[in-house]
Amino acid sequence: MTTQPSTRVWDILAGVPDPEIPAISVVDLGIVRSIDAEAVHITPTYTGCPATVAIEGMIRKALDDAGLGDLDIVVDLSPPWTTDWISDEGREKLRAYGIAPPPRGDGRGVLKAEAPVACPQCGSTDVEEISRFGSTPCKALMRCKACAEPFDRFKCH
Amino acid sequence: MTMPGHGEAHALRDHALRLGDDALVLGQRLSEWCGHAPMLELDLALANIGLDLLGQAQHFLAYAGALEGKGRDADALAFHRDVMDFKNCLLVEQPNGDFAQTIARQFLFSTWHELYLAALAASSDATLAAIAAKGVKETTYHAKLASEWVVRLGDGTDESRARMVDGLDWMWRFVDELFHDDLIDETVTASGAGVDRSSLRAAWDARIDAALAEAGLERPAPRRGILGGRSGRHSEHLGHMLSEMQFLQRAYPGAAW
Repeated sequence: MTTQPSTRVWDILAGVPDPEIPAISVVDLGIVRSIDAEAVHITPTYTGCPATVAIEGMIRKALDDAGLGDLDIVVDLSPPWTTDWISDEGREKLRAYGIAPPPRGDGRGVLKAEAPVACPQCGSTDVEEISRFGSTPCKALMRCKACAEPFDRFKCH
Repeated sequence: MTMPGHGEAHALRDHALRLGDDALVLGQRLSEWCGHAPMLELDLALANIGLDLLGQAQHFLAYAGALEGKGRDADALAFHRDVMDFKNCLLVEQPNGDFAQTIARQFLFSTWHELYLAALAASSDATLAAIAAKGVKETTYHAKLASEWVVRLGDGTDESRARMVDGLDWMWRFVDELFHDDLIDETVTASGAGVDRSSLRAAWDARIDAALAEAGLERPAPRRGILGGRSGRHSEHLGHMLSEMQFLQRAYPGAAW
């Protein structure tokens, strides 16, 4: 019985897009950690990500619109968000959107050994980093040397 | 100076305040580079590092405000304190100077910051541990970017090398403060909530020396370290920075959008 309302909330939140990468939902991104009878627990991606406030506001609105105004939003910092929490479906959506998804299991600071990344346009791994910091805190700017297209890479975190 | 019980709570608040102020002041300094960096990628990098630091500052200051219990949130602490009430280290308030001076500051600070936050992630204080565990992932990037630029500038042209040497020379006298434990540090370290700063020095030295060696640079000549930021005695630069950062809230207290 208790899973019923929670499933409904998960479905509602699966319809809330990330404000900066609208191809992917806040559920796909792993921002929504758990849902219980009192609250939705979310965890921010980057500490200083300006989208955090927008995301909380959009979740609030989606809950309110669905008549779930009593459900609180609790922000949990621990355990810290990691790109490992992006779902398989979310990774596919990122790739289709032109952003190379982060490899799994690499998100714990092994930066010197960045795993190879494939160009989301042509699939080539003959790529180079243009800038470690890109259009948002979570992305680096890359260039594919095979098809000459620039692309974003979701950084391991 | 510290009384049992009472002193411990105050020390924890001051500890959180110092960590928040370090991040806030350096984040604000880096934001001054917006639109002025030598190239677009660096503009993005410096702004993003500043953004990470402002995010960390918000968490630390919100916690300091909660511990204080007087209803001050992170914004109140950031915008409604005067210069003597800021408890950041002197290194982070130093002016940007040229790009090499900014990189020198970032290199010395972020290398320390990464070590400090990694240790703080094991704090007995759950909130500090959570903020640190999250922050260290970001700080790892900052330290890496800064050390790569120390190498590129140091091992670059005569001009870039001379500027890198000058930048390190300017910042070096503020390093000792990062590793100086005062009563507040000792109190929070004894309770398990803090980090013994002096214990980080050997690891910091090793990393700094490795990057300098790769850059073909030598350590600046030893000089007497300057302390004071942690107790509110700042260089003249911080007041000027705050007059800009806090202008809106000073002119229109409580303004919001």
